[in-house]
Amino acid sequence: MAKTVTKKNVKVLENGNGVAKTNRLSVLKTYKIYIGGKFPRTESGRYYELKDSSGNLLANMCLSSRKDYRNAVVAARGAFGPWADRAAFNRGQILYRIGEMLEGRRAQFVDELMQVGSSKLSAEQEVDLSVDRLIYYAGWCDKYTQIFSSVNPVASAHFNFSVPEPTGVVAAIASESTGVLGLVSVIAPVIAGGNSIIALASETKALCAVSFAEVINSSDVPGGVVNIITGKEDELYKHMSTHMDVNSFIYAGSNAEHFKTIQVNAADTVKRVLDYSKVEWTSEKGQSPYYISDHQETKTTWHPIENIGGSSSKY
Amino acid sequence: MSRIKSKSLLPDFKLSPTVDQVGIEERTARFQTRSIKSETKVVGLKKVLNMIDLTTLEGKDTPGKVKQMCYKAQHLHDSMPDLPTTAAVCVYPSMVSLAKAELIGSGVKVASVSTAFPSGQAPMEVKISDTKFAVDQGADEIDMVISRGRFHAGDYNFVFDEIAAIKEACGRARLKVILETGELGTLDKVRRASDIAMYAGADFIKTSTGKIAVAATMPVTLVMLEAIKDYYYKTGIMIGMKPAGGISKAKLALHYLVMVRETLGDAWLTNEWFRFGASSLANDVLMQLVKQETGNYQSADYFSID
Repeated sequence: MAKTVTKKNVKVLENGNGVAKTNRLSVLKTYKIYIGGKFPRTESGRYYELKDSSGNLLANMCLSSRKDYRNAVVAARGAFGPWADRAAFNRGQILYRIGEMLEGRRAQFVDELMQVGSSKLSAEQEVDLSVDRLIYYAGWCDKYTQIFSSVNPVASAHFNFSVPEPTGVVAAIASESTGVLGLVSVIAPVIAGGNSIIALASETKALCAVSFAEVINSSDVPGGVVNIITGKEDELYKHMSTHMDVNSFIYAGSNAEHFKTIQVNAADTVKRVLDYSKVEWTSEKGQSPYYISDHQETKTTWHPIENIGGSSSKY
Repeated sequence: MSRIKSKSLLPDFKLSPTVDQVGIEERTARFQTRSIKSETKVVGLKKVLNMIDLTTLEGKDTPGKVKQMCYKAQHLHDSMPDLPTTAAVCVYPSMVSLAKAELIGSGVKVASVSTAFPSGQAPMEVKISDTKFAVDQGADEIDMVISRGRFHAGDYNFVFDEIAAIKEACGRARLKVILETGELGTLDKVRRASDIAMYAGADFIKTSTGKIAVAATMPVTLVMLEAIKDYYYKTGIMIGMKPAGGISKAKLALHYLVMVRETLGDAWLTNEWFRFGASSLANDVLMQLVKQETGNYQSADYFSID
């Protein structure tokens, strides 16, 4: 069994990198999941075979279990507080850094997307758009609060204002159709808003997801803020939506039945559930500050004021 | 000293057995590979709850905080029936009478730290009056600290006599002797301090105060359990064990139970002979128990603040 795997992988190396076959043993990458700033294997010890469009084995991907997900939630909960307390500007710097790192690895991502079936042109477009999207949300980090905050007119002697605050731990089932753009488009606005996230990557295009975890890991993002697991939506969507320590849920998959169950489960702990299944991530509508505000809670403060002068000014 | 009838039974503490550190670490690593699931896990977790000394030892402790903790000791999670109470609450001497009043009729014991906890750097008279005060206030158990400075200086007789004197001051209260293993440095010294404490009259030996960075670890606890075993074989007297500080996860607590079971046997698996000194362990255990019942992973948002 192992022998055939090696053979096929050598072939992939030829196709992917255009390298002529030599006697050198190829060094194959072990694709692992990303939890709490570390790259563990799945605790279940299970794997699934990821194949390219012509059926050749590309890699053995971790088939994550609910225990992996649970560990990721623990990591995300621990990372949430300090991340939310970071200065907004600093979060922006870190998101920009992710963009820089992704740009530097452009060729690798294009290559990996082509291995799972993209054309060269669409792969390049997808990676470029992903970098641009990170830069876009990096810019929003210290601006969305101003846009979504308000000073509210009230009838009593209070200064009344509302500000958005991050909701906490967000779980996401990423889009099945894109390898990296769907993942970036879900992760970036969530962490820009000070939340932490656990994302289940696209099952059939998971190569890029693991490589993107490596990008995150080298971008000063504190461990646990972003957690990426690979596996099957079928197995995980119930556990993901029943976990009580998750505050918000993104569904970008395409199974209406799953979505319904997620909504029912989420109601037990009043998680908000967001349906991103129809979003076209490549279009203009794939990015907007409203994706940040989706995972914000509004805090309103009533601050008593003394009306010294008896003037009509409210403040 | 009354427990050891003949002076000839007292060993030379300089000759306490040395400890094979590598062996101890490998052995404790094995305990952590045990997988405890479903019904066994539930039984184990309930045992853990019943062995907890719910602890608050802060300068900022208020009567309100102690009252709240005493309530929690009796009502761990009321939405779940059939839960035990904790074994005891552990407080400073000034809070003992209050805790005692709050816990009347509940079966939960009151443990008080004493002897100038946590440093133990006070004259003997102060330590004895500290202890007597706590006992007079109604403490069922006394947690004393040993004089680590004297121990390091090799003044084992001083340490021994001090423990014996405090034991006398305890009267009917059970005495737990805190070795503060994080300050002892080596496992050999942990073993020696355990021997001194047991021969001097300790009813329990306890790892740590919880006030320094290095608290209870599995290797240190195993060394102490082995000391208890040797003492039992020699004298026939059972001594209790209390790891304290740093045990905040249910899984780790279960591994400790495995270690006790496999080192000392079933007789020690009750709260008369084994305790956890912890403040946040209870909530993690409760979350695991509710998870076992409902199948859903829990959030700290739905459990009382401790």
